[in-house]
Parts: sequence; structure tokens; C-alpha cells
Amino acid sequence: MRGSLGGRVAQIVPTLLLVTVLVFLLQHLMPGDPASIMAGEEQDPQLIAQIRAELWLDRPLPVQYLHWLGNVLRGNLGYSWRMREPIAHLVAEKLPVTLQLSAMAFCIAVAIGVPTGVIAAVRRNSAWDYLATGVGLAGLSTPNFWLGIMLILLVSVDLGWLPPSGYVPLSEDWRQSLATTIMPAFVLGNAIAAVLMRHTRSAMLTSLDQDFVRTARAKGLSEGRVILRHALRAALVPVVTLGALELGTLLSGAVLTEQVFSIPGFGKLIVDAVFNRDYPVVQGVVLVTATLYVCLNLAADVLYVLINPRLRGA
Amino acid sequence: MSTALAAPTLARARRSPAQVARRRFLQRPSAVGGLVVVVGFVAVAALAPLVAPDDPSATSWSLIRKAPSLLHWMGTDENGRDVLSRVIWGARASLLAGVVSVLIAGGVGVPAGVLAGFAGGRTDAVLSRVVDAMLACPFLILAIALAAFLGPSLQNAMIAIGVTAAPIFMRVARAATLDVAASDYVEAARAVGNPSWRVALRHVVPNIAPPVLVHATLAIAMAIIAEASLSFLGLGQQPPAPSWGSMLNAAQRFLTQAPWLAVFPGAAIFLAVLAFNLVGDGLRDALDPRDGGRS
Repeated sequence: MRGSLGGRVAQIVPTLLLVTVLVFLLQHLMPGDPASIMAGEEQDPQLIAQIRAELWLDRPLPVQYLHWLGNVLRGNLGYSWRMREPIAHLVAEKLPVTLQLSAMAFCIAVAIGVPTGVIAAVRRNSAWDYLATGVGLAGLSTPNFWLGIMLILLVSVDLGWLPPSGYVPLSEDWRQSLATTIMPAFVLGNAIAAVLMRHTRSAMLTSLDQDFVRTARAKGLSEGRVILRHALRAALVPVVTLGALELGTLLSGAVLTEQVFSIPGFGKLIVDAVFNRDYPVVQGVVLVTATLYVCLNLAADVLYVLINPRLRGA
Repeated sequence: MSTALAAPTLARARRSPAQVARRRFLQRPSAVGGLVVVVGFVAVAALAPLVAPDDPSATSWSLIRKAPSLLHWMGTDENGRDVLSRVIWGARASLLAGVVSVLIAGGVGVPAGVLAGFAGGRTDAVLSRVVDAMLACPFLILAIALAAFLGPSLQNAMIAIGVTAAPIFMRVARAATLDVAASDYVEAARAVGNPSWRVALRHVVPNIAPPVLVHATLAIAMAIIAEASLSFLGLGQQPPAPSWGSMLNAAQRFLTQAPWLAVFPGAAIFLAVLAFNLVGDGLRDALDPRDGGRS
């Protein structure tokens, strides 16, 4: 098993290299020459030539790529055109905000998705099951940003319970921080809760059919104990793994959620960069997210081996 | 006993697979309901000029942010335009984006998947690695980046969504091709001396249609949300042309004064996406007998 995990780790290297090629090529989709965009309105040919030389734009494409890759590997993601700051700094500044939001969203998703999935499976084909499945499908079909706007309307505008937007760092005032992030975290967790509910339901249906559950019942254990101690424990193995794969959805969803709630995180960074035509920042954000995502998938695979009793001894 | 068991089997044997699938689909009320809503949306989008009560771009200073009334069922927006008419015209942009981007994704992904699954070897390895790399970027982030570099417009948003969604089509088509390529009738077609391209086109492609069709339906739902998301960020349909996403973007500024501006376009996205998801789920159960029994 250890060998196959080693193989899995080795597999992500070519994937990540190809990601860098894709991200590098993004810049060549752009209409026009980056140097002339950077040179501003005057379009001084000398300045353009100077910028081209500085950015290595006058070299052949493979040389440009290797130069860029070398910088990336040393942690240099380039400079923001607009903010005149190293992109790595911007990323380091914004990423913790999104990670806090994502962690909260994931907890909310698990807290909603797993129990409803269990109830739907245990009370199969009952009104509870139909209700849970229906709400799950509705959750999957609701655009994140619309749910956010509707919650702001209800919770902040009508009821006045929570601030409609803004962000307070956890280190500054944890109560305020929770107050500003709980609503966006719920919005972000909603779609994953629906996915987790579906996975939990089908995994529970499978495990409730197994012999060990029948044995547990035959031993005279209470139904609650059979469900929680025996059936759910086995069902959680695929749920945890599939759930970890959904973390990528969080990174995507964060873009819109942060936009709706004006949270200065990673998603806001890419959106602002898009509007400021700050292309290196867009590239940097895509590269960092893809790397994060690949690592999360790897972590999900490792987790699967660690928690799956059948693979543990191997 | 044996006759009682044999009778339904015989009766079923007389129906073609398509007939069986249609029957199974029609037996699911949720799938039929989804289909009715989808057909409704398509009809409204196609007949927008006839159905919409007003010109979606006609502004009026005397009608700024009027609440829903008998005259304007969904109220009016910040420029005095009729929201219902804009939601109806917005259906065009959303459905068009959903269908066109899925056609792009399928057009790129399915041939690549069939090629990878059928050719195997190095071709498969190279194509699969490229797909892995594309799937490593979270969907919306890659779509935003592509749309940003291509420039904001509905057309570029469709290209961005289509390209971003293509890898999953490739995976679905590849898996289905591997499945079909191992079956006896493909063996037989090869054995009688058909060239590979003929086996692929005549025997493999028609038989991978069911899983691809199911995925395409669910992908339309995803593409509609993606287009709305890009338009919401200002990267899709450009104003003043109406689209659900950009209407929601504009509505955000008037949440306290005119909440209806945010309610109706969002509800339209929700309904359309839900309907395509229901149809997709129904198709999956109807076309895949292995999974159909478990609801």
C-alpha cells in the first residue's frame, strides 16, 4: 500500500508540471501584447521594448516558460501590475481568510449533510427521505451567490441579526470574526452539504444491508447503537474521501461568496485582478489554487488508506 | 409459477431498449416535471419577442424601481425596465450559454475520450495527463481565468465554460468506450475485418451515447450556473443585454430599496437548473438498468 501511495505522490509531479504549462499559456490567449498594455496610453516604443526585455517577452516561448517556471519554483510568482507588490505576498495575505471561510463551511456542510443522509437512509422511502433528497437537490441547484443575496436580505436587512458584509480577522476579535463569516460559510457549505447528504445516504444504504449490521442487531443492540456505532462507521469511509474531494468546490465557490459578502480573500483577489487587467495575479491565483487542489486530492487518497480498515494492515 | 415469471420477461423482450428507457423515464414524476419545466423555459426563450410584455431595454424615468404590480408582475429595475421582460429575454442568454457550452465541451471531450479509450497506449496516456492537469484547476476559477484572458462577452464565456467542462466529457466518454470496447459485438466487428475507425464510429460511438447524454443534461445545469456566475462577475453577457447573472449583480446595489430585483432572476436560475438536474437524474435511472432499481 505504501508503494502505491508513493506512486500516487510521484504521479502528481507531471500533473503539476502540465498545470504550469497551461497557466503559462493562459497569458498568450490575451488579445494584445502585455508590454504595450503595461506601457500605458503613451505607447512609447522605447518603454515597450524595455518592458519586453525585462519580462523576457523578447525570447522564444520555451525559454520564457523555463524562466517563469524557475521563478515559480523559487516562490517568485511575479509582480502585480496594478499593486506593484509581489504576488506571493498578496497570496499569503489573502489565503488565510479563504481558508478560515472554507474550514467553517466544511464543518457546517458535515454537520448538515451527514445527519440528514443518515436519517434519509434509515427512514428510506419515508416522507423524511423524500424531504431530505428534495432539499439536497434544491441545494445543488441553488446558485451560491443568489443564496448569499437572499440571506443578506433576510438575516441582515429584514432581521438585522448579522452584518451584511465585511470581514474581521480571527486574531482581532473572534466574536466579530464569527459574526462576519458565519453567513458566507453557510452559503459556501450549502452545496457541499447536499453532496455529502447524497453520499452518506447511499453509503448508509449499502452498509445497512451488510452482515455485520445484521449481527449487531442479532446481538440485541439498540437500533441507535447499531446505526451509529456499526453502520455509520463503515459508511463514513467513502463519505470522508468523497467529501475531501469537494474541497475544490469550496475554492471555486469562495470566489462568488467573497464577492457577495465583500470578504477580502482569495476569491476577491482573482476577481479584482480580472477587473484591473492584472493578468499575472490571475495566473498566480490559478496556479496556487490548482496546486492546493492537487495536494488536497492526494490528502484525500492518503486519508482513505488510513481510515479504511481493509487497507490499514497492508 | 414458471409461466408467471416468464410472461413479463417475454413481454419486456419485445420492447426495444429505447422504449424501455422511455417507459422508465415517464414513470418518474420528478423527471417528467423537470422535463415540463425545461420545455417551458425553451418555449419562453424561443418566443421571447412574443411572450415578453415589454421591450427589455426600454427605460423609463417614471418607472424606476416600482414594486411588483398588476402592470409589472415582477416590478421594474433601476432604469425603469420591466423585470419580467428581462427575465424572459435573459432565459435566451442562459439557455443558449448552457447548450452551446455543453456542445463545445462535448465536441472537444467526446472525440478525445473515444480516441483515448479506443487507441489506448501512449495516446491515452498523453490525453489523460492533459485532462488531469485541467481538472486540477477548480472549475469556476479556470473558467474565470479563461474568460478574463479572452475578454468579457457572452460568446467568450461560452467558450471558457465549454473548454473548462470538456475534460469531464473526455473522462465520461473514455470510461464508456473502455466498457463498450470490451464487449462481444465489438470483438465480433473487429473479427470480421472492419478497420478500427469503422469499429469506433459504427459500433462504439452509438453505444456510448447513453452515459454521454446523461452527463450532457447534468452539464447543462452546471453550465447555466457557470454562465450566471460569470455574468454576475461581469464576465458574461454585457449590459444592457439582459442575463440572469448580470441582473443579480445590478440588484445587489438596491437590496434594501428593491429586493424584488434580486428575487426573480435568481429564482429563474434555480428553477432552470433544478429542472435540468431532475431530467438528468431521470435519464440516468432510465438509461442505466444497473443503477435504476435503487432510488
